[in-house]
Formats: sequence, structure tokens, C-alpha cells
Amino acid sequence: MQAASYFEIEPSRGWASLKLRTVWAYRELLYFLIWRDVKVRYKQTALGAAWAVLQPVLTMVVFSVFFGQLGKIPSDGLPYPIFAYTALLPWQLFAHTLTESGNSLVSNQELITKVYFPRLVIPLSSVLAGLVDFSIAFSVLLGMMYYYGIAPSMAVLTLPLFIMLACATALAVGLWLAALNVQYRDVRYTIPFLTQFWLFATPIAYPASLVPDPYRALYGLNPMVGVVEGFRWALLGQTDALNPSVFVSVLVVGVLLTGGLFYFRRMESTFADVV
Amino acid sequence: MSDVALRVEQVSKVYRLGRRNRHQTLRESLTDAVAQSVRRIPARLKGLPSSRPAQETFWALKEVTFGVAQGEVLGIIGRNGAGKSTLLKILSRITEPTQGRVQGYGRVGSLLEVGTGFHPELTGRENIYLNGAILGMRKSEIRNTFDEIVDFAEIETFLDMPVKRYSSGMYVRLAFAVAAHLESEILLVDEVLAVGDAAFQKKCLGKMEDVTNQGRTVLFVSHNLLAVQDLCNRAIWLQEGRLVEEGPPGRVVSHYVQTSFSALTEQRWEDVNAAPGSDDVRLRRACVRPTEDAAASIDVCTPFAMEFEYLNLKPGAYLNLSLQLYNEQGILVFESAPVHEPVWQGNPMPVGLFKDVCHVPGNLLNDGMYRVVLHLVKDQGTLLHKEDDILIFEVHDAVENRAGWHGAWDGAVRPILAWSTELIQEGKMC
Repeated sequence: MQAASYFEIEPSRGWASLKLRTVWAYRELLYFLIWRDVKVRYKQTALGAAWAVLQPVLTMVVFSVFFGQLGKIPSDGLPYPIFAYTALLPWQLFAHTLTESGNSLVSNQELITKVYFPRLVIPLSSVLAGLVDFSIAFSVLLGMMYYYGIAPSMAVLTLPLFIMLACATALAVGLWLAALNVQYRDVRYTIPFLTQFWLFATPIAYPASLVPDPYRALYGLNPMVGVVEGFRWALLGQTDALNPSVFVSVLVVGVLLTGGLFYFRRMESTFADVV
Repeated sequence: MSDVALRVEQVSKVYRLGRRNRHQTLRESLTDAVAQSVRRIPARLKGLPSSRPAQETFWALKEVTFGVAQGEVLGIIGRNGAGKSTLLKILSRITEPTQGRVQGYGRVGSLLEVGTGFHPELTGRENIYLNGAILGMRKSEIRNTFDEIVDFAEIETFLDMPVKRYSSGMYVRLAFAVAAHLESEILLVDEVLAVGDAAFQKKCLGKMEDVTNQGRTVLFVSHNLLAVQDLCNRAIWLQEGRLVEEGPPGRVVSHYVQTSFSALTEQRWEDVNAAPGSDDVRLRRACVRPTEDAAASIDVCTPFAMEFEYLNLKPGAYLNLSLQLYNEQGILVFESAPVHEPVWQGNPMPVGLFKDVCHVPGNLLNDGMYRVVLHLVKDQGTLLHKEDDILIFEVHDAVENRAGWHGAWDGAVRPILAWSTELIQEGKMC
């Protein structure tokens, strides 16, 4: 047996510290929860992990037919399917993980009311588990790039940063929603509307260049604009310079995420009593 | 006394009523907030301090203080809602105390409910790892005890089958096995012995004994008072969130048992006119007591007597009593009347005070609460009066006649019957 370590339990007061070190101490649990989510997601489905590919691919087909062919929406000189798919990848990562993490505390209430661990592990695991689906869907993009003869430039090395930005955005919003969801189940019904609205506010079916310049800075307040533009820039290398609005996106995510973490920590002590 | 493992000081927990299990909608709390601040405006204008409207609160725990020594097994008893589970939840950090402080040494493992976090789609093997991680085990720890867990749960052949296909017995065995192998210095256990079949229950108790012999500190919440007396060195009794008594388990349990049930073992009616009955007969007194030692409590082995005193008001009456004994499930266990009583049955009774005693042998009733309905009858058939719940008493469980089995002993009665076993022929029957 290890040496007995001292601990103290007291009511927390005011704004608690983030205690990220405790989260680190529970990294094995984080790993197992991610593993559980991944393992269970496509159990008892006929198509299995193919769903991870089918969802973005089918959406791409619908977009290409309605927006590309019929709507004649410009695509920055790129073939419309790859233009849309490159944006759909981070979008689905974001939308999916946002939904999962927003509902994560409620769907894991059995755990919350029975065992102690830093609750942050739960939404975090939902977001990270989304990366597995993303990787599978990403392989399709590589095939498409080969088919259309698009070779990425050195800018592709920055791609992980944009993936991180997408995850951070999902986590930032997900933390707020998850903590609110514990008390207000309205959140569950709000999330689908939120993602739908957000989809149109993000340049997925259309290029960001359609947005008139004076509004670009405002538009950049949506962090997913930075993510999607970053993806196209890093993978398809269309424009030479990245639109500076991406820094606005980073800033917005930073603020949202910090606020979300503190709010989550503050509410954490009541989760087990309220959920 | 050895070193302290856990010190609980003045711990209180308050719940706001209606908050739990009722999910406010956003609209409600917004309108509430607006309504409240509007209501506070007049007070503010008058310069009064704004007071929050009094909210209905519920103290699940109130200033509970106790200590647990290292290696001690502490039993926590009390009725439902006494705060036992809340206490364990605070100690395991699932919920925070509202006031007070807990200090402790060592890792705290909790076994509040077996199978927490089991995923039905995952196999037994996968669930062992997942559940272990949820309970706070390291991967290496799980790997080291993996075979032991599987052995204990007796599920070798089903290890790679999703647990949703397990029988409920297998499921529970696996869940308990994982939790029981948690190597924490302090273990919190809540009612887990109430699972599984008889053989597995014995195994669980055995495991609990092992755990306590390893010098680990255990806090054990149970309604199973026999198990508490058997396993614990000390017990605390919680009532309505307060600590009522702590001490040796035998003493605490018997005090708890004696006072916790609203038994009605004696009733007396001094005023004849107000006493239950009719113009023919009035009740005077009723009581139930063990035959031998009137001060002792009644357990399943104890012979006891029910006494009824009544005033006969009509000369020459032919009276008899008739009683019905119901158990806590509302089952009529028996009905009895003094039909074989040799002196007064069938004879006219003068005006005066009579006493009937009904003797119930030991080893007849099962444990539980019983209530008595008394009928006053005239001329073998005319009901003069019926008195519901004239006596309410508990027949306690007894360790002696259980032969080590701690589970529920079903049935309305628990007689000791003669059994015999004989060997008819030795050797394999081919």
C-alpha cells in the first residue's frame, strides 16, 4: 500500500481555481472514457465506422448538387465538392463534439452521482473522441485531393493548429452548454438550432470572400470562420496569405474557453445535487 | 487507539427542497429572478436590507462529528433518509458539504453502487478496465488484479461477451468483484451486500472480512443490522441528519432498534367511559411482552404473550376475545381465540375486570413488524367491538438460528422444523 496521503474536504467558496492538475491526475480515466465513446459509437450498426465517412460525404453531395450545381455558388476557383468537403470536415468535428459535450454531463449523470472525479474529464473526453471520426473522414479528403490533382503546400503543416482551434471552440461552447444543461434541460433542445444557425454563419457552402470587407472583422468573431478558412488555406492553398481575421477567432475562443472553464468549475460542486 | 484515518468535523449538508429532481427551465428562473428583484424594490426604497425569500431547506446532515481510526470498520445505521448516503457521498467527494470539514489520510474508494459506469455494449473484459478506471484504479493495478477479479466473479467463459447478454447474477458478481479489488486505504461501502444469491453473498462477506483484516479502514452503511454487528468494530447511528449515538455495534444497534420503530407495546385506558368497547364491555389495558424477561426485546426465538384486560359490564355475559395478527406486508399470519380456555369459556361471566393472555411460542414468527386487531365478541357470534392496531410490535431477527446466512429470510413464519438427511448409497451412481 502506498503511503497514506492527507486530504481535506471543505465547502468551496466563490470562484474556485481551475485545478487542472487534478484533471491531469485523472488522465487514465480520460483515456478510458474516450476509448469507451469510440468503441461504443457504432456498435450494433450495420455500416459501423463507415458512418464517420458517410455523414460528411453525403452532406458534400447534397451541397454540391444544390449549392454548387443549381445555386451556382462560387467556390474560389476550386472544384465545388472538394471546396465543400474541406470545410465540412472541421465543421462536422465541431458540430458533433459540441453536441456530444453539451449533453455529456446529463448523459453521464449515473457516473456523476455515484463516483468522484474532476467533471471536466467528461466533456473533454467527448471532444477528443470526436477526433477519431474526424481522422477517418479525413482519409477521404486525401483521396479527393489526389483525384483533383491538388497538392498541398508547406502550409499543410499548420493544419494541426486549426484542428486544435476547432476542438477548442467546441470545448469552449460545450463547457458552457454542459454546465447549463445540468440545471436547464432547455439546452438539449437548443443545441440543434444552435448548430444549424452556426452552419450558415460559417463559410462552408459559400466562400468567405462573399462577405463584404467592412463586415469581415465582425464575421471573424465566429471562430469557425477562422477554422474553415484555415483548413482551406492549409490544404488547398488557394490564397497566399491567410485572412488576419483568424487571429480574432483565436482571441474569441481564448475568452470563451477561459470563461467556460471557470464557469464549469464554479458549477461543478453542484452537479451531483442538481443533475 | 491507533492513528486516525478520517476525521469528520461539524459536517452539515443542506438541500434546497424542490431543487433536486426538478429541472427548472430557463424561463422560470429568469422570471423568478425578475419577480424577486421587483419584490425587493419596496424594501430597498425603505432602506431595509434586501432579504432573500425564505427557501424551504432540508438538512440532510446536521453538524455531524466523528472520527475513524485506521483499520477500523465503522458501521453506519439509521433509517432511510437519516443522512447515511449523504455522508458517504460527501466523504467520497461526489457532493460537497455545506459546512464543516473532513480530514483524512489515504485514498478513498467508494462502493456506493455496484456496476457504476458499466457499459452494456462492452464485453466483460472491457468493462473491468473501464469500471476500474472509473473507480479510480490505475491501469497497472487493474492488470495486476485482473485474474483475481475474473476468478472472484466466476465469469471466465463469458469474458468476451457484451455484458448486456449477462444474467443479472453474473453482472452483479462482476461489478462487485471489480469494486472489491479496489486497493484504497479507506473504503466506503453502501448496501452492496444486498446483491446476488446466497453463495455469492457469503463470498462478499468473506471478502469484506479479508478487507478488514488487511488493516484497511471501512465505512459500512447497511440496513442489515446483523451484518453490521458481525463485521464492524464500532457503529454510529444517524437520525434526521444528526449523530445520535456511537459505540460498540451491539449496543448502538439495539438502541436503534428499540427506539426507531413506533411500536405500541402497551396501552391503558383509565377512564371507563372513554375506553374502546361497547355498553357490554370496555377495554382496560393491552400489552405484549416476552414470557420470561419482560424487559427484553422480542426476537424470532422468544416466546411472548399478549395480554388484554377488560371490564365486563353485564352480569352473566358470554364473552370471548378474538385476535388477528398481521405482518408488515399486511398478511394475516394467524387468527386466535380462547376457544380451549378451560375456566370461563362457555360459562357466564360476572361483572368485573378480566384478563386474557395469549401465549405465542418462540420460533414461530418471522422477523418484522406485527400489528394486532382485537375483536370483542358476545355469545360466540355477535361482534361488540373491533379495535384496530391495539398492539404494534417488532419481532427482531436473531443471529442464532440463521447459521451464518445474512440475507433476507422470506416467509410469514420462521419455524424450526425437523429435518433429516441420510446417505442412501455411497459411490457414483452409474
